[in-house]
Amino acid sequence: MSWLDRLKQGLKKTQENLVGKIAQTLRPGRRIDAELLNELEEIMVGGDIGIETTTALVSELKNKTAIRGLQEADQVMGLLREVVSERLKKAEGRFALRTDGQPTVFLILGVNGSGKTTTIAKMAQHFKELGYQKIVLAAGDTFRAAAIEQLGIWADRVGVQLVKTTAGGDPSAVAFDAVDRALKEQAQMVLIDTAGRLQTKFNLMEELKKINRVVEKRLGREIDERLLVLDGTTGQNAISQAKLFNEAVKITGIVITKLDGTAKGGVIIPIAATLKTPIKLVGVGEEAEDLKEFKSEEFVEALFATNGK
Amino acid sequence: MFNVLTEKLNGVLEKFRRQGQLTEKDLDEGLREVRLVLLEADVNYKVVKKFVDEVKQKALGENILQSLTPGQQVVKVVRDELVQILGQKQSELNLSRYPSVLLMVGLQGSGKTTASAKLAKHLATKVDKKVLLAATDLQRPAAIEQLKQLGHRIGQPVFAEGKTPVQVATGALDHAKKNAFDVLIVDTAGRLQINEELMAELEEMNQKLEPSEILLVADAMTGQEAVNIAQAFDTRLKISGIILTKLDGDARGGAALSMAEVTGKPIKFIGIGEKPEDLEVFYPERMAERILGMGDILGLIEQAEAQLDHADAEDFVRKVREDKFSLEDFRTQIRQVRKLGPLTKLLQKIPGMGQVEVDEKALNRVEAILNSMTRHERLRPEVLNGSRKKRIASGSGVQVSDVNKLLKRFEEARKMMKQLKGKRLPMGMPFGR
Repeated sequence: MSWLDRLKQGLKKTQENLVGKIAQTLRPGRRIDAELLNELEEIMVGGDIGIETTTALVSELKNKTAIRGLQEADQVMGLLREVVSERLKKAEGRFALRTDGQPTVFLILGVNGSGKTTTIAKMAQHFKELGYQKIVLAAGDTFRAAAIEQLGIWADRVGVQLVKTTAGGDPSAVAFDAVDRALKEQAQMVLIDTAGRLQTKFNLMEELKKINRVVEKRLGREIDERLLVLDGTTGQNAISQAKLFNEAVKITGIVITKLDGTAKGGVIIPIAATLKTPIKLVGVGEEAEDLKEFKSEEFVEALFATNGK
Repeated sequence: MFNVLTEKLNGVLEKFRRQGQLTEKDLDEGLREVRLVLLEADVNYKVVKKFVDEVKQKALGENILQSLTPGQQVVKVVRDELVQILGQKQSELNLSRYPSVLLMVGLQGSGKTTASAKLAKHLATKVDKKVLLAATDLQRPAAIEQLKQLGHRIGQPVFAEGKTPVQVATGALDHAKKNAFDVLIVDTAGRLQINEELMAELEEMNQKLEPSEILLVADAMTGQEAVNIAQAFDTRLKISGIILTKLDGDARGGAALSMAEVTGKPIKFIGIGEKPEDLEVFYPERMAERILGMGDILGLIEQAEAQLDHADAEDFVRKVREDKFSLEDFRTQIRQVRKLGPLTKLLQKIPGMGQVEVDEKALNRVEAILNSMTRHERLRPEVLNGSRKKRIASGSGVQVSDVNKLLKRFEEARKMMKQLKGKRLPMGMPFGR
């Protein structure tokens, strides 16, 4: 199955619930009026786009229809696609992979249960397939029971190295050791797992800053990617997560997982519209191939796909 | 009850009142604010719609438009209505059978395994039950290991023998019967989404185990999808209650309202932290206020209770009562408060205080001044003469005038405390500008 097909399949529920419903509202013959815009607003909020971004989108639609002198409802879909595309386009971002022989270092962050460990496993597998031979995983979640074992099983399955400590150990030390080993053994990539933490926990965010500091000290440069893993079924709290994690350690990219699990994948739009951090990966399923680089055009294509009707 | 919503509503309704008698249309305008607040809290939009309609009927029925404070009245109706939906049913677990089986279901990452362990601990320590845990998540790497470790930590046995999830579950039930366990908690595998495979597996378990409770474990941060998740599990499995996890963050938790409304099932417990004891019985009032954004005073109090030293706190109250509060106690208090994290973060939890800037450095200076005093000086500030003050100032890197200022504020605060004697713990402490 091609990536676009996977994406389409993964976003199917959102497509039906969001774009499908909007299409029904924008039926031919209907005029563009306040009631129509209200209905659109309702569908968008119901799709986790959030009040702020929905309001912005709807007022933009209103302006554009006025400027272009559009009056028919079925002309709005094209416009909507346009305004959504614009926002998603701005949020595109690529990994900063190193080419100077130094390892590319990823620090993976997020709240509990967002999918950090699985994301790391999928990324490792992905990079392995791309020909990166030496990948080191750091089992930095020393807090949650059996998190180290979980990453260990993945490391074995994918065939990459694991640096770990005992449960309850210092996550900064594990991260340091992993980077240290990667530098000494000239590994190409280091993926550092961290314990899930709610963004409002002061001490845990301080711990994160420390991990970041310790790793960068050993590296003698900045960490290449600090990725925030967001659960696609999360509502507007996703914005708070991104903001507060970014305040603690500047995040360089966002990974949105579990988009297949929701009919409300609209949360990606406020993430793209209100945050300055690029979205780098999107996940639409359980398989390793279901996590891929975020490309706005494909995404819009899948989101606005019409199923033959 | 003062908070942003009340202010907004008062604002809207006041405006209309000045133009004459309040009308139904004015109320609609006001209710738009309620709608926004609920939507911002991630309550499902359909649930919001129904809810706002109901509030409107109630408000009209109670003649709120004639009231002198319609804004407050509307908020009261909103809050009561929320509480009703969130907590109209008894939230106690049904543990009448021996063993009572509790089946834990939910999506991946919602916190099933952690919630299972927390519940086991709760039942074992607070309800005095003999609890067995069953680890049937054979899918996620190390999930069984996770439950085993948690079981070990809380001192409760974990059963994990069997080749399929159903085998493990039925084996656990036999084991529980033979060994006279009171409660069997069955942790199950999650899926990324609700699919046939998952539901079929859970249905089979449901048949074989005949659980007393099927508890849906759901993430408090869930958005609009909460309705679908709750409905899907309820339709197929007839859940008996909900455990809402990760409520220790800043999510407003509108998902709670959505799920309670569409399933009509009670929220029984909430997860409020990472430790096994961080499970609490659900209080509808608190949740209602949280959804409405009425600050998180209760959360703040809880945080304080969890992190502050109780002996110190009691000591503090006693000293205030007896008017024996010294600079030594003041320093202890500052240190206690700082344990809770930066002050700006604390203030965010107090309604209306979210925007207040606090100069943390000023607090550092205060602490430095106190640290530069001897214990004797802190206990008896009256001994502080010019030369002592000079020493303290140079010791803490400030001017003598700063030391004087601190002493003056402390005196004022002490006077204030005298007046408060016998009342609750004073919130105003002698720091800040």
